[in-house]
Amino acid sequence: MSAMTEEAALAPRSERWRKLRDGLVGSRTNIAITFGVAFLILWLAPPFLRWSIVDAVWQGDAAACAAAGTGACWAFIGEKLRFITFGFYPPHLHWRAGLALLLMLALLGVTAWPGYWGRRLLILWGAALLGVPLLLLGWPAGEFVPTERWGGLPVTFLLAIGAFAGAFPLAILLALGRRSTMGGVRLLCIIFIEVLRGVPFIAVLYAATLLFPLMLPAGSAIDKFLRAEVALALFVAAYLAEVVRGGLQAVPAGQYEAAKALGLSYWRTMRLVVLPQALRAVIPPLVNLAIGIFQDTTLVIIIGMFDFLNTARVSATDPNWLGFYREAYVFAALVYFIVCFCASRYSLWLEARLAAGQRTQTGG
Amino acid sequence: MNSPASLQAAVPGPKGPGFVRALTEWWGEKPLTQLAIFAIVGLGFALLGGNLVHNMARVGLTPGFGFLGHAANFEIGEGLIAYSAGDSYLRAITVGLLNTVRVSLAGCILATILGVALGIARLSSNPLLSRLVQAYVEIVRNTPLLLQIFFWNALFHALPGPRQALAPLPGVLLSNRGFFFPFIADDGVTPAILTSSFLLAVLVGAALKWRARRTGRSNFKRSAALILAAAILPVAIAAAFGATPAIDLPRLAGFNIRGGISLSPEFMALLIALVVNTSASIAETVRAGILSVSAGQWEAGRALGLSYGRIMRLIVLPQALRVIIPVMTSSYLSLTKNSSLAVAIGFPDLVNILNTTANTTGQALEAILVMMLAYLALSLAVSIAMNAYNRRWALRERSAA
Repeated sequence: MSAMTEEAALAPRSERWRKLRDGLVGSRTNIAITFGVAFLILWLAPPFLRWSIVDAVWQGDAAACAAAGTGACWAFIGEKLRFITFGFYPPHLHWRAGLALLLMLALLGVTAWPGYWGRRLLILWGAALLGVPLLLLGWPAGEFVPTERWGGLPVTFLLAIGAFAGAFPLAILLALGRRSTMGGVRLLCIIFIEVLRGVPFIAVLYAATLLFPLMLPAGSAIDKFLRAEVALALFVAAYLAEVVRGGLQAVPAGQYEAAKALGLSYWRTMRLVVLPQALRAVIPPLVNLAIGIFQDTTLVIIIGMFDFLNTARVSATDPNWLGFYREAYVFAALVYFIVCFCASRYSLWLEARLAAGQRTQTGG
Repeated sequence: MNSPASLQAAVPGPKGPGFVRALTEWWGEKPLTQLAIFAIVGLGFALLGGNLVHNMARVGLTPGFGFLGHAANFEIGEGLIAYSAGDSYLRAITVGLLNTVRVSLAGCILATILGVALGIARLSSNPLLSRLVQAYVEIVRNTPLLLQIFFWNALFHALPGPRQALAPLPGVLLSNRGFFFPFIADDGVTPAILTSSFLLAVLVGAALKWRARRTGRSNFKRSAALILAAAILPVAIAAAFGATPAIDLPRLAGFNIRGGISLSPEFMALLIALVVNTSASIAETVRAGILSVSAGQWEAGRALGLSYGRIMRLIVLPQALRVIIPVMTSSYLSLTKNSSLAVAIGFPDLVNILNTTANTTGQALEAILVMMLAYLALSLAVSIAMNAYNRRWALRERSAA
């Protein structure tokens, strides 16, 4: 696709114009398609635009929305924005949830820039994953907020980031184990990966919420948020392991042999020679997997947690603002879309950049 | 990498007992470390299992599948087999499994049709069409599936009631009680006529295929006409004897709609969400598959004077399918697994009913084991079916070359 747009950009203006004209009205089929699509757009777009913009109510209360009639009630989103963003987190402590959210966004921003990839980034991730939950809990100083009261965007981002970070080391071990010459270890890894990839995420979530508490010694308990986080991390690890395995397979055998010839041990070979190349090769699929994880965090609704989608949904059950589900869902969809669309565009940009780097390396 | 069998054949000298030798070779290096890992994993499971048995005993439960025969005292909204609240848990779980299979199967078929059409449309030379499909794919892929399910569910529950039901097509009624479609009338004759029509058409189709393989020649138009004639023949014979096949149209009766086939709003919301979501990924797969066929194939087709449709059907798609089918398999697998999101909108699928079972009986371990085994079995079934299909295409390639 990128090659096609590049070609189009390089072509002279008149050439592009001719292509556009041919595409729209160049043949009888294309004329028919153009009319069909135009009809479809003219049929679907005006009602949506009328609902979302022309007839929409931007300010006021539920009564104003009801009086205005058929348009969207964006005043509802304006009124409930804080609840949708932070859920049942105590309102006077919203600055903490906001700061946690900003820290996580900053972490993602730093991670996105290839110039920062390195050991220091790992330390940063460790610090963020320790700091953000402590900040949300209010530990060691400040008012304590239990995880049941966490909600909204900070929960969605923390679930996704925590699961990815937790899954990563496990996935590398699983991928190495699956390619190991040790039959027993290989068997264990294959069972783990294939079972988790064969069942829906909900089954893993139920195992973590219904079953796991029964497996602990009587009287002890583990926090529900943590259980959901670990369930998500284990689930992600199985998929991540397969992506990493793809990267390991892409490393030429000569690299292993060269490392062996230098007398490096298995772990040093992997850490210094094989994994840096293997992981580099799978960065774009990793970003796509991360987008999938971000969307999969919504499933925690089923075990009664308040992630962003759930707070948006629950905001429409407020007795003062009853039943504005459509507005809530459209708003939530917009937020998810912006995050995921940016990430997928980033993945394309990164792919092009890494491919360019590869070319100059082999060429030079 | 280096197969143990060939190594073993190459190594001279006395050979040990075959099985033990194969086992130790498979087990590989560091046998004791591996045994230790197994011991730790086993110990962990034993510990958790011990706690589980202990905790269940404390509330008066014994692990085991005996509860499956007990009466499940909950209602299920819809199902393919008869069920009432007094029936056993096993029957309730079967109803759930059949609902999962029903929505997955319908979803896979519809998503394939829509996805292939969108994938081809995405490659259209008309920028308006390809951009529209691109926007569709981007919107669908960049929003969570659960959100889409909620959206369709809210939309279908906001439809007017049965008395003001929408009728987009004659005989189709859409209301907040469900979607009603015309269906074969259950009058004793119609099902028999249509079944014989179907069987005869399949028989003729199989015979034509066998002939085409033997002679190496086939005529698409003539075959289609023959199959159509075979399907019409039983209907014509029945009509000659005065028995016409009847269609049962849904119609308003009192405060509800009767007749035809009805599908609940939850089922439709889940089905549409799964179809829309999966069609976007299938469209991308199909597009990539078609692009993987070299441009020379198109040029050769055009040089032979074939039309766009024939080039696509006879030359490009058969080659693209080899790239498409393996990826399609994983799309089908994820659709089947994603159907478990039904629990969020209250459609009684397998996960929903097992969740209720776990909550009413307390047998969480057994319920989750059944859940995992059922999905593993479904995944395996889809994989086996798709691999068989894939092999057919691979074989065809070899015989053509």
